[in-house]
Amino acid sequence: MTDATGALLLRTAHKRIVENDDVTRDEVMLEICQQLEPFQSDDGQPIVGATVISKDLTIDSLAVMDMVMELEDRFDVSIPMNVVAEIHTVDELADTILALRARN
Amino acid sequence: MGLFDRHAGLLDAYRDVRTTGADPFQIRMERVLSPTEAIINGKKCLLVGTNNYFGLTFDPSCMEAAIEAIRAEGTGTTGSRIANGSYSEHVLLEQEIAEFYGKKHCMVFTTGYQANLGVISTLVAQGDFLLIDADSHASIYDACKMTQAEVVRFKHNDPASLDARLRRLGDKPGNRLVVLEGIYSMLGDAAPLKEFVEVCKKYGAYVLIDEAHSLGSLGEHGRGLCESAGVLDDCHFVVGTFSKTLGAIGGYCVSNDPDFDILRVTTRAYMFTASPPPSIVASVRQALRIVTTRGKELRQHLWDNVATLYDGLVEQGFKLGPEHGPVVGVHLPDRMTAIGFWRAMLDAGIYVNVAVPPATPNGVSLLRCSLCAAHTKEQLTHMIEVMTGIGRQMGVLQPKLRVVGGQR
Repeated sequence: MTDATGALLLRTAHKRIVENDDVTRDEVMLEICQQLEPFQSDDGQPIVGATVISKDLTIDSLAVMDMVMELEDRFDVSIPMNVVAEIHTVDELADTILALRARN
Repeated sequence: MGLFDRHAGLLDAYRDVRTTGADPFQIRMERVLSPTEAIINGKKCLLVGTNNYFGLTFDPSCMEAAIEAIRAEGTGTTGSRIANGSYSEHVLLEQEIAEFYGKKHCMVFTTGYQANLGVISTLVAQGDFLLIDADSHASIYDACKMTQAEVVRFKHNDPASLDARLRRLGDKPGNRLVVLEGIYSMLGDAAPLKEFVEVCKKYGAYVLIDEAHSLGSLGEHGRGLCESAGVLDDCHFVVGTFSKTLGAIGGYCVSNDPDFDILRVTTRAYMFTASPPPSIVASVRQALRIVTTRGKELRQHLWDNVATLYDGLVEQGFKLGPEHGPVVGVHLPDRMTAIGFWRAMLDAGIYVNVAVPPATPNGVSLLRCSLCAAHTKEQLTHMIEVMTGIGRQMGVLQPKLRVVGGQR
Protein backbone atom coordinates (compact mmCIF):
# COMPACT_ATOMS: atom_id res chain seq x y z
CA MET A 1 0.00 0.00 0.00
CA THR A 2 1.28 3.48 -0.81
CA ASP A 3 1.58 6.23 1.77
CA ALA A 4 -1.16 8.09 0.00
CA THR A 5 -3.67 5.28 0.28
CA GLY A 6 -2.55 4.58 3.84
CA ALA A 7 -3.26 8.15 4.81
CA LEU A 8 -6.57 7.97 3.01
CA LEU A 9 -7.47 4.82 4.87
CA LEU A 10 -6.97 6.53 8.21
CA ARG A 11 -8.93 9.59 7.21
CA THR A 12 -11.70 7.42 5.82
CA ALA A 13 -11.96 5.37 8.97
CA HIS A 14 -12.20 8.58 10.93
CA LYS A 15 -14.85 10.04 8.64
CA ARG A 16 -16.96 6.92 8.78
CA ILE A 17 -17.12 7.18 12.54
CA VAL A 18 -17.91 10.88 12.49
CA GLU A 19 -20.44 10.88 9.68
CA ASN A 20 -21.78 7.33 9.81
CA ASP A 21 -23.96 7.91 6.76
CA ASP A 22 -23.54 7.48 3.03
CA VAL A 23 -20.32 6.68 1.19
CA THR A 24 -17.77 9.48 1.39
CA ARG A 25 -15.60 10.76 -1.40
CA ASP A 26 -12.54 9.53 0.50
CA GLU A 27 -13.98 6.04 0.61
CA VAL A 28 -14.54 6.09 -3.13
CA MET A 29 -11.03 7.41 -3.71
CA LEU A 30 -9.55 4.75 -1.46
CA GLU A 31 -11.38 1.98 -3.25
CA ILE A 32 -10.29 3.29 -6.65
CA CYS A 33 -6.68 3.55 -5.48
CA GLN A 34 -6.77 0.00 -4.17
CA GLN A 35 -8.19 -1.25 -7.45
CA LEU A 36 -5.51 0.61 -9.40
CA GLU A 37 -2.57 -0.32 -7.20
CA PRO A 38 -1.57 -3.40 -9.23
CA PHE A 39 -1.20 -1.12 -12.26
CA GLN A 40 1.04 1.48 -10.66
CA SER A 41 3.90 2.43 -12.96
CA ASP A 42 7.49 1.49 -12.15
CA ASP A 43 8.52 5.09 -11.40
CA GLY A 44 6.65 4.81 -8.12
CA GLN A 45 4.44 7.86 -8.68
CA PRO A 46 1.63 7.67 -6.11
CA ILE A 47 -1.91 7.38 -7.39
CA VAL A 48 -3.66 10.68 -6.77
CA GLY A 49 -6.80 12.43 -7.95
CA ALA A 50 -5.04 13.88 -10.99
CA THR A 51 -3.60 10.53 -12.09
CA VAL A 52 -4.62 9.91 -15.70
CA ILE A 53 -5.77 6.30 -15.62
CA SER A 54 -4.91 5.25 -19.15
CA LYS A 55 -1.64 7.22 -19.30
CA ASP A 56 0.05 7.31 -15.89
CA LEU A 57 -0.64 3.65 -15.09
CA THR A 58 0.06 0.36 -16.82
CA ILE A 59 -3.58 -0.55 -17.31
CA ASP A 60 -5.19 -1.45 -20.64
CA SER A 61 -8.69 -0.50 -21.66
CA LEU A 62 -10.12 -3.95 -20.93
CA ALA A 63 -8.69 -3.94 -17.41
CA VAL A 64 -10.16 -0.46 -16.87
CA MET A 65 -13.58 -1.81 -17.77
CA ASP A 66 -13.10 -4.77 -15.41
CA MET A 67 -12.08 -2.43 -12.62
CA VAL A 68 -15.15 -0.31 -13.27
CA MET A 69 -17.30 -3.43 -12.91
CA GLU A 70 -15.80 -4.04 -9.46
CA LEU A 71 -16.42 -0.44 -8.44
CA GLU A 72 -19.99 -0.65 -9.75
CA ASP A 73 -20.74 -3.52 -7.41
CA ARG A 74 -18.87 -1.99 -4.50
CA PHE A 75 -20.88 1.24 -4.70
CA ASP A 76 -24.06 -0.13 -6.27
CA VAL A 77 -24.04 2.07 -9.36
CA SER A 78 -23.82 1.29 -13.08
CA ILE A 79 -21.43 3.33 -15.19
CA PRO A 80 -22.32 2.98 -18.87
CA MET A 81 -19.42 2.20 -21.22
CA ASN A 82 -19.78 5.50 -23.08
CA VAL A 83 -19.44 7.32 -19.76
CA VAL A 84 -16.35 5.27 -18.85
CA ALA A 85 -14.81 6.34 -22.16
CA GLU A 86 -15.07 10.00 -21.10
CA ILE A 87 -13.38 9.43 -17.74
CA HIS A 88 -9.67 10.25 -17.72
CA THR A 89 -8.55 10.87 -14.13
CA VAL A 90 -9.08 9.21 -10.77
CA ASP A 91 -10.93 12.35 -9.65
CA GLU A 92 -13.32 12.13 -12.58
CA LEU A 93 -14.01 8.49 -11.82
CA ALA A 94 -14.73 9.26 -8.17
CA ASP A 95 -17.00 12.18 -9.10
CA THR A 96 -18.90 9.99 -11.57
CA ILE A 97 -19.53 7.35 -8.93
CA LEU A 98 -20.68 9.94 -6.39
CA ALA A 99 -22.91 11.66 -8.93
CA LEU A 100 -24.53 8.36 -9.89
CA ARG A 101 -25.07 7.48 -6.24
CA ALA A 102 -26.68 10.84 -5.59
CA ARG A 103 -29.09 10.21 -8.44
CA ASN A 104 -30.22 6.86 -7.04
CA MET B 1 1.93 12.18 -34.43
CA GLY B 2 1.95 9.79 -37.36
CA LEU B 3 -1.04 7.67 -38.30
CA PHE B 4 0.55 4.52 -36.98
CA ASP B 5 2.13 5.97 -33.82
CA ARG B 6 -0.93 5.11 -31.76
CA HIS B 7 -0.22 1.45 -32.48
CA ALA B 8 3.34 1.63 -31.13
CA GLY B 9 2.55 -0.54 -28.10
CA LEU B 10 0.92 -3.20 -30.21
CA LEU B 11 3.75 -3.07 -32.76
CA ASP B 12 6.25 -3.77 -29.98
CA ALA B 13 4.23 -6.69 -28.68
CA TYR B 14 3.82 -8.04 -32.20
CA ARG B 15 7.58 -7.77 -32.76
CA ASP B 16 8.12 -9.85 -29.60
CA VAL B 17 5.75 -12.47 -30.92
CA ARG B 18 7.62 -12.71 -34.19
CA THR B 19 10.95 -13.29 -32.45
CA THR B 20 9.75 -16.87 -31.96
CA GLY B 21 10.26 -17.32 -35.69
CA ALA B 22 6.66 -17.76 -36.74
CA ASP B 23 3.80 -15.33 -36.90
CA PRO B 24 0.69 -16.97 -35.45
CA PHE B 25 -1.51 -14.30 -36.99
CA GLN B 26 -0.29 -14.83 -40.55
CA ILE B 27 -0.18 -18.58 -40.90
CA ARG B 28 -0.37 -19.79 -44.46
CA MET B 29 -2.24 -23.01 -45.07
CA GLU B 30 -0.40 -24.09 -48.19
CA ARG B 31 -2.95 -26.76 -48.90
CA VAL B 32 -5.95 -27.85 -46.89
CA LEU B 33 -6.30 -31.61 -47.20
CA SER B 34 -9.36 -32.36 -45.12
CA PRO B 35 -11.29 -30.95 -42.15
CA THR B 36 -8.48 -32.17 -39.90
CA GLU B 37 -5.28 -31.86 -41.96
CA ALA B 38 -3.40 -29.21 -43.94
CA ILE B 39 0.07 -28.56 -45.27
CA ILE B 40 1.71 -25.74 -43.31
CA ASN B 41 5.38 -24.81 -43.80
CA GLY B 42 5.67 -27.72 -46.23
CA LYS B 43 4.55 -30.16 -43.59
CA LYS B 44 1.36 -32.09 -42.96
CA CYS B 45 -0.30 -30.73 -39.83
CA LEU B 46 -3.20 -31.80 -37.68
CA LEU B 47 -5.80 -29.02 -37.49
CA VAL B 48 -7.21 -28.45 -34.03
CA GLY B 49 -8.05 -24.78 -34.31
CA THR B 50 -10.52 -24.25 -37.12
CA ASN B 51 -14.00 -24.21 -35.47
CA ASN B 52 -15.00 -26.88 -37.97
CA TYR B 53 -17.07 -28.69 -35.36
CA PHE B 54 -18.86 -31.18 -37.63
CA GLY B 55 -16.11 -31.36 -40.24
CA LEU B 56 -18.55 -30.41 -43.00
CA THR B 57 -16.13 -28.29 -45.07
CA PHE B 58 -15.31 -31.36 -47.17
CA ASP B 59 -18.68 -33.05 -47.02
CA PRO B 60 -19.27 -34.33 -50.58
CA SER B 61 -22.97 -33.42 -50.61
CA CYS B 62 -22.27 -29.86 -49.43
CA MET B 63 -19.49 -29.43 -52.00
CA GLU B 64 -21.73 -30.81 -54.76
CA ALA B 65 -24.54 -28.44 -53.80
CA ALA B 66 -22.14 -25.47 -53.94
CA ILE B 67 -20.74 -26.49 -57.33
CA GLU B 68 -24.20 -26.96 -58.81
CA ALA B 69 -25.29 -23.58 -57.51
CA ILE B 70 -22.32 -21.87 -59.14
CA ARG B 71 -23.16 -23.52 -62.47
CA ALA B 72 -26.79 -22.54 -62.18
CA GLU B 73 -26.55 -19.03 -60.71
CA GLY B 74 -22.99 -17.84 -61.03
CA THR B 75 -20.24 -16.93 -58.61
CA GLY B 76 -21.75 -13.95 -56.81
CA THR B 77 -24.79 -11.75 -56.33
CA THR B 78 -22.79 -8.54 -56.88
CA GLY B 79 -25.00 -6.52 -54.59
CA SER B 80 -27.21 -6.29 -51.58
CA ARG B 81 -30.64 -7.81 -51.36
CA ILE B 82 -32.41 -4.48 -51.05
CA ALA B 83 -30.75 -3.26 -54.25
CA ASN B 84 -30.25 -6.37 -56.39
CA GLY B 85 -33.12 -8.41 -55.01
CA SER B 86 -33.08 -11.76 -53.25
CA TYR B 87 -32.34 -15.04 -54.99
CA SER B 88 -34.95 -17.72 -54.34
CA GLU B 89 -32.31 -19.64 -52.41
CA HIS B 90 -31.77 -16.76 -49.96
CA VAL B 91 -35.45 -16.88 -49.13
CA LEU B 92 -35.50 -20.66 -48.91
CA LEU B 93 -32.49 -20.69 -46.61
CA GLU B 94 -34.19 -18.19 -44.33
CA GLN B 95 -37.35 -20.27 -44.25
CA GLU B 96 -35.36 -23.39 -43.44
CA ILE B 97 -33.46 -21.76 -40.58
CA ALA B 98 -36.67 -20.31 -39.14
CA GLU B 99 -38.22 -23.76 -39.36
CA PHE B 100 -35.14 -25.34 -37.75
CA TYR B 101 -35.73 -23.15 -34.68
CA GLY B 102 -39.52 -23.16 -34.86
CA LYS B 103 -39.43 -19.36 -35.11
CA LYS B 104 -41.40 -17.21 -37.50
CA HIS B 105 -38.70 -15.03 -39.00
CA CYS B 106 -35.11 -15.28 -40.11
CA MET B 107 -32.67 -12.85 -41.67
CA VAL B 108 -29.45 -14.06 -43.27
CA PHE B 109 -26.30 -11.94 -43.22
CA THR B 110 -23.13 -12.22 -45.27
CA THR B 111 -21.00 -12.90 -42.17
CA GLY B 112 -21.68 -13.82 -38.57
CA TYR B 113 -19.87 -10.67 -37.48
CA GLN B 114 -22.35 -8.59 -39.46
CA ALA B 115 -25.30 -10.47 -37.97
CA ASN B 116 -24.33 -9.42 -34.44
CA LEU B 117 -23.17 -5.99 -35.49
CA GLY B 118 -26.31 -5.25 -37.49
CA VAL B 119 -29.01 -6.74 -35.31
CA ILE B 120 -27.73 -5.57 -31.91
CA SER B 121 -26.94 -2.04 -33.04
CA THR B 122 -30.35 -1.69 -34.68
CA LEU B 123 -32.55 -3.22 -31.97
CA VAL B 124 -31.60 -0.65 -29.33
CA ALA B 125 -31.23 3.10 -29.65
CA GLN B 126 -31.04 6.23 -27.54
CA GLY B 127 -33.01 5.78 -24.33
CA ASP B 128 -32.57 2.00 -24.37
CA PHE B 129 -30.17 -0.16 -22.38
CA LEU B 130 -27.86 -2.81 -23.73
CA LEU B 131 -26.44 -5.24 -21.19
CA ILE B 132 -23.58 -7.42 -22.37
CA ASP B 133 -21.46 -10.16 -20.83
CA ALA B 134 -17.94 -8.92 -20.10
CA ASP B 135 -16.43 -11.68 -22.27
CA SER B 136 -18.55 -10.92 -25.32
CA HIS B 137 -17.19 -11.39 -28.83
CA ALA B 138 -15.72 -8.41 -30.68
CA SER B 139 -18.77 -8.26 -32.95
CA ILE B 140 -20.94 -7.53 -29.90
CA TYR B 141 -18.56 -4.89 -28.59
CA ASP B 142 -18.46 -3.27 -32.00
CA ALA B 143 -22.26 -3.23 -32.11
CA CYS B 144 -22.16 -1.32 -28.81
CA LYS B 145 -20.12 1.41 -30.46
CA MET B 146 -22.75 1.79 -33.17
CA THR B 147 -25.74 2.37 -30.94
CA GLN B 148 -26.74 5.38 -28.85
CA ALA B 149 -28.15 3.05 -26.19
CA GLU B 150 -26.46 3.00 -22.79
CA VAL B 151 -24.19 -0.04 -22.64
CA VAL B 152 -23.47 -1.75 -19.35
CA ARG B 153 -21.23 -4.82 -18.91
CA PHE B 154 -21.95 -7.52 -16.38
CA LYS B 155 -19.53 -10.11 -15.04
CA HIS B 156 -18.96 -13.08 -17.29
CA ASN B 157 -21.54 -15.85 -16.82
CA ASP B 158 -22.78 -14.23 -13.62
CA PRO B 159 -26.60 -13.92 -13.45
CA ALA B 160 -26.39 -12.09 -10.08
CA SER B 161 -24.18 -9.46 -11.70
CA LEU B 162 -26.78 -8.99 -14.46
CA ASP B 163 -29.54 -8.86 -11.86
CA ALA B 164 -27.78 -6.05 -9.99
CA ARG B 165 -27.41 -4.01 -13.17
CA LEU B 166 -31.02 -4.48 -14.27
CA ARG B 167 -32.18 -3.64 -10.74
CA ARG B 168 -30.17 -0.41 -10.74
CA LEU B 169 -31.97 0.73 -13.89
CA GLY B 170 -35.07 0.85 -11.71
CA ASP B 171 -38.12 2.22 -13.47
CA LYS B 172 -36.18 4.24 -16.02
CA PRO B 173 -38.03 4.11 -19.34
CA GLY B 174 -36.40 2.32 -22.27
CA ASN B 175 -36.02 -1.22 -23.53
CA ARG B 176 -33.49 -3.58 -21.98
CA LEU B 177 -31.67 -5.97 -24.29
CA VAL B 178 -29.40 -8.59 -22.75
CA VAL B 179 -26.79 -10.16 -25.03
CA LEU B 180 -25.40 -13.61 -24.22
CA GLU B 181 -23.42 -16.29 -26.00
CA GLY B 182 -24.20 -20.01 -25.95
CA ILE B 183 -20.58 -21.11 -25.73
CA TYR B 184 -17.78 -18.60 -25.26
CA SER B 185 -15.13 -18.80 -27.92
CA MET B 186 -11.98 -18.56 -25.82
CA LEU B 187 -12.54 -21.02 -22.96
CA GLY B 188 -15.43 -23.07 -24.32
CA ASP B 189 -17.66 -22.45 -21.32
CA ALA B 190 -21.45 -22.32 -21.71
CA ALA B 191 -23.65 -19.60 -20.25
CA PRO B 192 -25.92 -20.45 -17.27
CA LEU B 193 -28.74 -19.59 -19.64
CA LYS B 194 -31.70 -20.77 -17.59
CA GLU B 195 -30.66 -18.55 -14.70
CA PHE B 196 -29.98 -15.62 -17.03
CA VAL B 197 -33.41 -16.02 -18.62
CA GLU B 198 -35.04 -15.98 -15.17
CA VAL B 199 -33.32 -12.69 -14.38
CA CYS B 200 -34.35 -11.22 -17.74
CA LYS B 201 -37.98 -12.24 -17.19
CA LYS B 202 -37.96 -10.67 -13.74
CA TYR B 203 -37.04 -7.29 -15.24
CA GLY B 204 -38.84 -7.60 -18.56
CA ALA B 205 -35.61 -7.61 -20.56
CA TYR B 206 -35.25 -8.99 -24.08
CA VAL B 207 -32.78 -11.83 -24.58
CA LEU B 208 -30.47 -12.14 -27.58
CA ILE B 209 -28.25 -15.20 -27.66
CA ASP B 210 -25.39 -15.80 -30.06
CA GLU B 211 -25.11 -19.53 -30.73
CA ALA B 212 -22.03 -19.25 -32.96
CA HIS B 213 -20.15 -22.05 -31.20
CA SER B 214 -23.16 -24.02 -29.99
CA LEU B 215 -25.18 -24.47 -33.20
CA GLY B 216 -25.06 -28.18 -33.89
CA SER B 217 -23.03 -28.98 -30.80
CA LEU B 218 -25.74 -28.47 -28.16
CA GLY B 219 -29.40 -29.45 -27.91
CA GLU B 220 -31.32 -32.51 -28.97
CA HIS B 221 -31.77 -31.08 -32.47
CA GLY B 222 -28.54 -29.09 -32.49
CA ARG B 223 -30.25 -25.74 -32.05
CA GLY B 224 -27.76 -24.75 -29.42
CA LEU B 225 -27.79 -23.82 -25.75
CA CYS B 226 -31.24 -22.25 -26.03
CA GLU B 227 -32.51 -25.75 -26.78
CA SER B 228 -30.42 -27.74 -24.30
CA ALA B 229 -31.31 -25.27 -21.52
CA GLY B 230 -34.97 -25.55 -22.49
CA VAL B 231 -35.48 -21.81 -22.99
CA LEU B 232 -35.77 -21.44 -26.77
CA ASP B 233 -39.18 -19.77 -26.39
CA ASP B 234 -37.75 -17.24 -23.94
CA CYS B 235 -34.92 -16.20 -26.25
CA HIS B 236 -36.35 -13.36 -28.33
CA PHE B 237 -33.47 -13.33 -30.77
CA VAL B 238 -31.13 -16.17 -31.67
CA VAL B 239 -28.07 -15.27 -33.71
CA GLY B 240 -25.73 -17.78 -35.30
CA THR B 241 -23.12 -18.30 -37.94
CA PHE B 242 -22.54 -20.51 -40.98
CA SER B 243 -18.79 -20.38 -40.60
CA LYS B 244 -18.33 -23.01 -37.90
CA THR B 245 -20.53 -26.09 -37.71
CA LEU B 246 -22.03 -25.38 -41.14
CA GLY B 247 -18.63 -25.11 -42.79
CA ALA B 248 -19.10 -21.96 -44.90
CA ILE B 249 -19.52 -18.27 -44.05
CA GLY B 250 -22.47 -16.09 -43.12
CA GLY B 251 -24.77 -15.38 -40.22
CA TYR B 252 -28.43 -15.27 -39.25
CA CYS B 253 -30.89 -14.04 -36.70
CA VAL B 254 -34.26 -15.69 -35.95
CA SER B 255 -37.15 -14.23 -33.98
CA ASN B 256 -40.88 -14.50 -33.44
CA ASP B 257 -41.39 -10.76 -33.26
CA PRO B 258 -44.12 -9.87 -35.79
CA ASP B 259 -42.26 -6.73 -36.88
CA PHE B 260 -38.87 -8.41 -37.23
CA ASP B 261 -38.68 -7.89 -41.00
CA ILE B 262 -38.42 -4.13 -40.59
CA LEU B 263 -34.76 -4.85 -39.78
CA ARG B 264 -34.26 -5.53 -43.50
CA VAL B 265 -34.61 -1.84 -44.24
CA THR B 266 -33.00 -0.47 -41.09
CA THR B 267 -29.96 -2.70 -40.49
CA ARG B 268 -27.02 -1.21 -42.29
CA ALA B 269 -24.86 -4.34 -42.04
CA TYR B 270 -27.59 -6.08 -44.06
CA MET B 271 -28.47 -3.28 -46.44
CA PHE B 272 -25.08 -2.02 -47.52
CA THR B 273 -23.14 -5.16 -48.30
CA ALA B 274 -23.46 -7.82 -50.97
CA SER B 275 -25.64 -10.81 -50.10
CA PRO B 276 -24.16 -14.31 -49.69
CA PRO B 277 -23.21 -15.92 -53.04
CA PRO B 278 -25.24 -18.85 -54.41
CA SER B 279 -22.56 -21.43 -53.64
CA ILE B 280 -22.50 -20.48 -49.95
CA VAL B 281 -26.26 -20.48 -49.67
CA ALA B 282 -26.44 -23.91 -51.32
CA SER B 283 -23.78 -25.55 -49.16
CA VAL B 284 -25.26 -24.06 -46.00
CA ARG B 285 -28.72 -25.37 -46.88
CA GLN B 286 -27.22 -28.82 -47.34
CA ALA B 287 -25.17 -28.57 -44.14
CA LEU B 288 -28.31 -27.63 -42.21
CA ARG B 289 -29.99 -30.73 -43.63
CA ILE B 290 -27.07 -32.77 -42.30
CA VAL B 291 -27.42 -31.18 -38.86
CA THR B 292 -31.07 -32.26 -38.94
CA THR B 293 -30.52 -35.77 -40.24
CA ARG B 294 -27.07 -36.79 -38.94
CA GLY B 295 -26.61 -34.27 -36.16
CA LYS B 296 -27.01 -36.73 -33.34
CA GLU B 297 -24.20 -38.94 -34.58
CA LEU B 298 -21.87 -36.03 -35.37
CA ARG B 299 -22.60 -34.44 -32.00
CA GLN B 300 -21.69 -37.68 -30.28
CA HIS B 301 -18.36 -37.85 -32.16
CA LEU B 302 -17.64 -34.24 -31.32
CA TRP B 303 -18.31 -34.62 -27.59
CA ASP B 304 -16.39 -37.91 -27.44
CA ASN B 305 -13.46 -36.02 -28.91
CA VAL B 306 -13.92 -33.17 -26.45
CA ALA B 307 -13.76 -35.68 -23.59
CA THR B 308 -10.64 -37.34 -25.01
CA LEU B 309 -8.72 -34.09 -25.34
CA TYR B 310 -10.03 -32.29 -22.26
CA ASP B 311 -9.67 -35.21 -19.86
CA GLY B 312 -6.35 -36.25 -21.37
CA LEU B 313 -4.87 -32.78 -20.90
CA VAL B 314 -6.25 -32.44 -17.37
CA GLU B 315 -4.70 -35.77 -16.48
CA GLN B 316 -1.32 -34.46 -17.59
CA GLY B 317 -1.71 -31.44 -15.37
CA PHE B 318 -2.73 -28.74 -17.85
CA LYS B 319 -4.95 -25.94 -16.62
CA LEU B 320 -8.01 -25.71 -18.86
CA GLY B 321 -11.27 -23.80 -19.22
CA PRO B 322 -13.93 -24.59 -16.61
CA GLU B 323 -15.85 -27.31 -18.44
CA HIS B 324 -16.01 -29.62 -21.46
CA GLY B 325 -16.76 -27.67 -24.62
CA PRO B 326 -16.06 -27.86 -28.36
CA VAL B 327 -13.44 -25.22 -27.62
CA VAL B 328 -10.74 -26.29 -25.18
CA GLY B 329 -8.69 -23.39 -23.87
CA VAL B 330 -5.31 -24.26 -22.35
CA HIS B 331 -4.04 -21.68 -19.86
CA LEU B 332 -0.37 -20.75 -20.08
CA PRO B 333 1.44 -18.43 -17.71
CA ASP B 334 2.19 -15.57 -20.10
CA ARG B 335 2.14 -14.33 -23.67
CA MET B 336 5.62 -15.45 -24.66
CA THR B 337 5.18 -18.93 -23.18
CA ALA B 338 1.93 -19.24 -25.11
CA ILE B 339 3.58 -18.17 -28.35
CA GLY B 340 6.57 -20.45 -27.75
CA PHE B 341 4.30 -23.37 -26.94
CA TRP B 342 2.20 -22.70 -30.02
CA ARG B 343 5.32 -22.57 -32.18
CA ALA B 344 6.65 -25.85 -30.75
CA MET B 345 3.31 -27.51 -31.50
CA LEU B 346 3.36 -26.26 -35.06
CA ASP B 347 6.89 -27.62 -35.48
CA ALA B 348 5.56 -30.94 -34.21
CA GLY B 349 2.78 -30.82 -36.81
CA ILE B 350 -0.18 -29.65 -34.77
CA TYR B 351 -2.03 -26.43 -35.51
CA VAL B 352 -4.05 -24.72 -32.78
CA ASN B 353 -4.84 -21.05 -32.16
CA VAL B 354 -2.94 -18.87 -29.78
CA ALA B 355 -4.90 -16.22 -27.96
CA VAL B 356 -3.12 -13.52 -26.01
CA PRO B 357 -4.07 -10.18 -24.46
CA PRO B 358 -5.74 -7.90 -25.43
CA ALA B 359 -7.93 -10.42 -27.30
CA THR B 360 -8.53 -12.55 -24.21
CA PRO B 361 -10.58 -12.05 -21.04
CA ASN B 362 -8.72 -11.13 -17.83
CA GLY B 363 -5.42 -10.85 -19.70
CA VAL B 364 -4.96 -14.63 -19.91
CA SER B 365 -2.71 -16.31 -22.47
CA LEU B 366 -4.20 -19.36 -24.09
CA LEU B 367 -3.76 -22.10 -26.59
CA ARG B 368 -7.19 -22.37 -28.10
CA CYS B 369 -8.09 -25.79 -29.44
CA SER B 370 -11.34 -26.46 -31.28
CA LEU B 371 -12.49 -29.98 -31.89
CA CYS B 372 -14.03 -31.63 -34.89
CA ALA B 373 -16.34 -34.62 -35.15
CA ALA B 374 -13.90 -35.91 -37.77
CA HIS B 375 -10.88 -36.04 -35.46
CA THR B 376 -9.83 -39.58 -34.64
CA LYS B 377 -8.99 -40.76 -31.18
CA GLU B 378 -5.45 -41.54 -32.41
CA GLN B 379 -4.98 -37.98 -33.63
CA LEU B 380 -6.02 -36.58 -30.27
CA THR B 381 -4.01 -39.06 -28.20
CA HIS B 382 -0.98 -38.09 -30.27
CA MET B 383 -1.73 -34.43 -29.64
CA ILE B 384 -1.89 -34.97 -25.86
CA GLU B 385 1.48 -36.75 -26.00
CA VAL B 386 3.04 -33.93 -27.99
CA MET B 387 1.63 -31.27 -25.69
CA THR B 388 2.77 -33.13 -22.60
CA GLY B 389 6.30 -33.34 -24.00
CA ILE B 390 6.40 -29.63 -24.80
CA GLY B 391 4.79 -28.78 -21.47
CA ARG B 392 7.49 -30.62 -19.54
CA GLN B 393 10.26 -29.19 -21.68
CA MET B 394 9.00 -25.64 -21.21
CA GLY B 395 8.46 -26.14 -17.50
CA VAL B 396 4.72 -25.57 -17.80
CA LEU B 397 4.04 -29.06 -16.45
CA GLN B 398 5.72 -30.55 -13.43
CA PRO B 399 7.57 -33.81 -14.07
CA LYS B 400 5.15 -36.56 -13.23
CA LEU B 401 5.29 -37.49 -9.54
CA ARG B 402 4.73 -41.03 -8.50
CA VAL B 403 1.60 -41.24 -6.43
CA VAL B 404 2.04 -43.38 -3.35
CA GLY B 405 -1.03 -45.45 -2.59
CA GLY B 406 -3.08 -44.37 0.38
CA GLN B 407 -1.32 -41.06 0.80
CA ARG B 408 -2.18 -37.62 -0.42
